[in-house]
Amino acid sequence: MSAPALQLTDVQKSFGQTLIINGVNLSVPQGERHAIIGPNGAGKSTLFNLASARFPVSSGDIRLKGESVASLKPHQINRRGLSRSFQVTNIFTNLSVFENVRCSVLWSLNYKYSFWHRLAALRDANQQAHRVIGEIGLAHRSDTVAGVLSYAEQRALEIGITIAGGADVILLDEPTAGMSKSETRDAVALIRRVTEGKTLIMVEHDMSVVFDLADRISVLVYGEIIATGTPAEIRANRAVQEAYLGTSFTEENHD
Amino acid sequence: MNEVVPPLLHRRRLYLWGALALVMIVLPLVFNKGFALSLMCQISIMVIFSLSYNMLLGNTGLLSFGHAVYFGTGAFATMHALNLLGKAGMPLPVSLLPLVGGTAGLLGGLLFGYVSTKRAGTTFAMISLGIGELVASASLMFPAVFGGEGGVSGNRVIGKAVFGVTFGPQIEMYYLIAAWAFVSIVAMFALTQTPLGRMANAVRDNPERAQFVGYDPEWVRYMMMILAGFFAGIAGGLSALNYEMVTAETLGAWTSGVVLLMSFVGGIGFFYGPIIGAVLISMLAIGVAGVTKAWLFYFGLFFLTMVLYAPGGIASLLTMHKRLWNAGQLLKVMPAYAVVALPLLLTFGGVVSLVEMAYHHAEGVDTPLQMFGAAIDVESAASWLAAMVGLAAGLFLLKLTWRRVSEAWRQVLAGLEGKGAA
Repeated sequence: MSAPALQLTDVQKSFGQTLIINGVNLSVPQGERHAIIGPNGAGKSTLFNLASARFPVSSGDIRLKGESVASLKPHQINRRGLSRSFQVTNIFTNLSVFENVRCSVLWSLNYKYSFWHRLAALRDANQQAHRVIGEIGLAHRSDTVAGVLSYAEQRALEIGITIAGGADVILLDEPTAGMSKSETRDAVALIRRVTEGKTLIMVEHDMSVVFDLADRISVLVYGEIIATGTPAEIRANRAVQEAYLGTSFTEENHD
Repeated sequence: MNEVVPPLLHRRRLYLWGALALVMIVLPLVFNKGFALSLMCQISIMVIFSLSYNMLLGNTGLLSFGHAVYFGTGAFATMHALNLLGKAGMPLPVSLLPLVGGTAGLLGGLLFGYVSTKRAGTTFAMISLGIGELVASASLMFPAVFGGEGGVSGNRVIGKAVFGVTFGPQIEMYYLIAAWAFVSIVAMFALTQTPLGRMANAVRDNPERAQFVGYDPEWVRYMMMILAGFFAGIAGGLSALNYEMVTAETLGAWTSGVVLLMSFVGGIGFFYGPIIGAVLISMLAIGVAGVTKAWLFYFGLFFLTMVLYAPGGIASLLTMHKRLWNAGQLLKVMPAYAVVALPLLLTFGGVVSLVEMAYHHAEGVDTPLQMFGAAIDVESAASWLAAMVGLAAGLFLLKLTWRRVSEAWRQVLAGLEGKGAA
């Protein structure tokens, strides 16, 4: 069997005296859609920031497809096939939608820091960018400056930037946060489409999205994973129900 | 996918480059006086320099207070190469000497960029200032290299004349500078259309996101710095050949300030912005300095006004108006402009009067000040009062009438957007 797409071993993270992530173990096999849920302040985003090297771990190890990446920088991890989106939209606001996506495919097509290729003549980069823009449904906005897009459009672009480079491990941080019901439905369909055959790890608050998309779910509470399992297992888990007490973790809430 | 790879040069762009080349070739035939010729040499050099500066500021978001370091390094290297050449009769022709300057600038970028490009923002600005001061003070400590206060001079007429060109006459020097300027402008434009050029924009906008699409922002900044150093060095090399003299001032804070001013006033958000800035500021510097001792003061005032009221620079003002022109709406804002013209003139006159009177007074000469076709007695309270009243009235009227301009613009733009949405 191949190595897990992402494997966290005894990962700890503290900011000063405050322990945010307290010995997390998590193994996500390749091709799985995995959701991380948990109450506010549980450390979900911190976990993402550790896995993508935005922050260094305090201790423990992180392996991407079997290779330790705990000491790498974000761009190095990205080059090894892990790409992430952000909870707060994080795009190139002064560049057009097309330029945003094209910037995200350049490295993976090996153009690196080239100052001898002419962008307009890079057939592969331009076609891949156009294809991604089509997939995220922004073809009609291709030449629009990203900063003036609507919120939902910016969220779609955020996903587009994340997947454009062809990474096979995708981390999405609250992809549907702040969206209306219909926007959420579109976003879920989009995520399902663009992560086909890839490993998806997502932090999400919307339980209907989680139960709709995820193969397995991990529940993070106070920096510890208290349960990992299939949606059915998680739903039935007593510890999870207690952690979510008061937020009504029931069947009718999420279908 | 029916996407077509665009030709190497769009037809429209080809026309633009052709026009630029033509202007550079024809101008000295029209303005062939010594003064105009040296002004054009100066302008062409500054165009290269400020475009190289904008590779950092406009394209990569790096505010440098020490860009003269690379210009000056290039100038000194070229001058020493020229002198060595003159002595030893080495094979490199004078026309290629700016490459020595470019290489020196590149090496400077390699060295100092390594330190400064780790961070952007304030940190970069501070480090660039520090390096600028460091190099400027070093230039006075090593007179063997930098020639001390007198600088280093040389003679560009060396070696065999190629096709009868010695670069002795200024016109030959001009064409050498113009050729280098043209090539550099095209090269720097081309750079903006490459993966590195685009990622520089990305790093400027959002270095963190750039990291998460596989790019190391430090490398992007570093490479842009090295390349900017190269072009600054070429400009410096040309300046060394042009003046046959390089002083420590060439790599000092003044030169760094001027290039910032040119780029900013021209408009850092546009490729051609720094070109406009370099042309305008060079002409103003010589023009205004010729008429008044207060030219530096006016410079500061002009810069301040631009930063406050047109932070996008002249290029952005042009773009705004071109949009109206394209839509056939430009005439609609003209009445408002006509209304503010008088208050503007009055304000301008008031400021100039006060500044000139103050300078004249400080000089302590007995002759009255000749200004606006009149002799003004700067020792009389009445003249001061008149100038102040003029300025106050101008400012007051400007405040009253300026809303006409805003309103006219608002209406025209609303009309345009309404059409765009329909």
